[in-house]
Amino acid sequence: MATKFVIEGLKAQIEGKEILKGINLEMNGGEIHAIMGPNGTGKSTLASALMGHPKYEVTEGTVTLNGEDVLDMGVDERALAGMFLAMQYPSEIAGVTNSDFLRSAINARRGEGNEISLIKFIRQMESSMKGLEMNPEFAHRYLNEGFSGGEKKRNEILQMMMLDPKLVILDEIDSGLDIDALRIVANGVNEMKHEDRGFLIITHYQRLLNYITPDFVHVMMQGRIVKSGGPELAARLEQDGYDWIKEELGITDETVGQEQEA
Amino acid sequence: MTLQTILPVQAAQINEWAEARGEAAWLTERRLQALELAASLELPKPEKTKLDRWNLSDYGTFKAAVPVSSQSALPAAAQDLIEEGTQNLIVQHNSGVVFTSLSEELSAKGVIFTDLETAAREHEVLVKKYLGTAVKPSEHQVSALHHAAWNGGVFLYVPKNVELEVPLQAVFLSDDASASFAPHILVVADTNSRVTYVDNYVSAGLNGKVLHNGAVEVIALDGAKVQYATVHQFGKEVTDVSYRRALLSNDADIEWIVGEMNDGDTVADTATTLNGRGTHSDAKIIAIGSGAQKLNFTTRAVHFGKSSESDMFTRAVMREEAQAIINGITKIEHGATKANGQQTEKVLMLSPAARGDANPILLIDEDDVMAGHAASVGKVNPEQIYYLMSRGISKTDAERLIIYGFLAPIIAEIPLELLRTRLQRIVERKLGQ
Repeated sequence: MATKFVIEGLKAQIEGKEILKGINLEMNGGEIHAIMGPNGTGKSTLASALMGHPKYEVTEGTVTLNGEDVLDMGVDERALAGMFLAMQYPSEIAGVTNSDFLRSAINARRGEGNEISLIKFIRQMESSMKGLEMNPEFAHRYLNEGFSGGEKKRNEILQMMMLDPKLVILDEIDSGLDIDALRIVANGVNEMKHEDRGFLIITHYQRLLNYITPDFVHVMMQGRIVKSGGPELAARLEQDGYDWIKEELGITDETVGQEQEA
Repeated sequence: MTLQTILPVQAAQINEWAEARGEAAWLTERRLQALELAASLELPKPEKTKLDRWNLSDYGTFKAAVPVSSQSALPAAAQDLIEEGTQNLIVQHNSGVVFTSLSEELSAKGVIFTDLETAAREHEVLVKKYLGTAVKPSEHQVSALHHAAWNGGVFLYVPKNVELEVPLQAVFLSDDASASFAPHILVVADTNSRVTYVDNYVSAGLNGKVLHNGAVEVIALDGAKVQYATVHQFGKEVTDVSYRRALLSNDADIEWIVGEMNDGDTVADTATTLNGRGTHSDAKIIAIGSGAQKLNFTTRAVHFGKSSESDMFTRAVMREEAQAIINGITKIEHGATKANGQQTEKVLMLSPAARGDANPILLIDEDDVMAGHAASVGKVNPEQIYYLMSRGISKTDAERLIIYGFLAPIIAEIPLELLRTRLQRIVERKLGQ
């Protein structure tokens, strides 16, 4: 079945402050959408609200993945339904090795009695890590503990590759990456392009889009998508920045809820 | 003294038990002296725990142990903890040791590994010299009573320059509530020797209350290295009071690995006295509290030697209504220049009714030293749960992974694979899974 992801009128708040003020977006499998915008406009909130972060409360709107109500699902159920969020700040979990964690995540999908064989798992993990130019030793390191910023981001992409999701949200995957790491991460994403898989790439730099060509570009300001277009929109933003959009729409302060995004 | 202390053990019993064991007169004499001392001593006072409110009287009575001829004849609860074909093994069943084996190879090297009662007869000079030097009868009433009433136990002597690769193992099983159960472990590692010793304390099918008043003494002479791993997994019928002490001579090294997995009330005090220069003590302790357990765990390092180093690391998980007081005491004496004492206590709380106090205590009487502590008491981090769940892992599994992860660094240090696996299983049970 072709993947279809629909967000309608999504509003969300954190600690009583409304950050998302009505998001509408429709995505199909095979499409890459980029959400761009300056800091503090609600981009990361959108990512967190879609995945079900407990701090964000959705107050209005619907989100469906292949017709299924996502907002009604727990965080783990969303993942099992095919959603994947590569986080801006992945948690560090001491004592849980990367490979034990990934195997638990894979087996959660496969169900009891159908667990992945250890050999198959190791082979998959090793090959994915090789593609991401990760040191094999990272399989046995504790989950994200002591990883550099770039290593954490690669590890997020590794998880994405191994979990084979239908809808991938990349939240500022490019922040803190040097140019080599950016290329490697982008290659990982490009390799995963598939007609059944949609990508929602959140970034405030255009540079990632030099490596991953989006089909659609959306600009977020004040908790809404204020402008949408094709790849040419990203190119214009690279050249001219965001001021022309603010002027066009009569926006003076593009931020929302004084939320600080890094 | 205005109040006459009524002791749970009487001199007549000590004499009677000694006779039943055919004990050497010097030892019985020591026991009686310890008993006399007990009458004048107070109970120990672990931080924030009032032992006078505890029932510490269930000493039981000495019942002669019946030796068995093979591992397969041991009670199942003990067998479960022993790898088949284990060569170096001592098993105590209630009041006495029922099985002892030592490989010819180790025996030929001069290693002594036998129950302490036998050692007191056959290796009188050594036992006389070291028994009661690390856990002194004069410390408090409980240690005095221990020295009066101990039974079975282990004596391990590793001669000078002998380095042992294979861990020596002991199991202490209590399954008769009327039988006294008070093993004493005495390890003497002679100059430049190296040894790993592992034991388990376990109970099964008890029909009444038991007090385990246990003591461990480790004497590491110059340059000796001792790794000591112990797992306590008594049922709720057992009140466990355990004092473990190591004395380190110059350049000696001890590593304590302790799993506190009892279901009953527990006071455990694990301490190293770093007498010599260049000594090193490393203590790693994990504990899980469940039910309505009352727990008091103290880890202690006392530095006398110059350039001595200690590390203490405790991780505890508290669930249901368990209450734990976790103390880390680093004491650096005057003259112990360049000493370095570090400690960390971390407590993970799984229930609002559980309690966990972490008390890092630094007592420093010397200027030219380093010392540090870190303590934390907290719940499972919701961001971590969210992260794991966002990969499809259920909330229950996410919590389990995080809790195991919290304990894993210490479990991984257990030197016998079978015991690591068993410990995992106990951890699962203690966590209610």
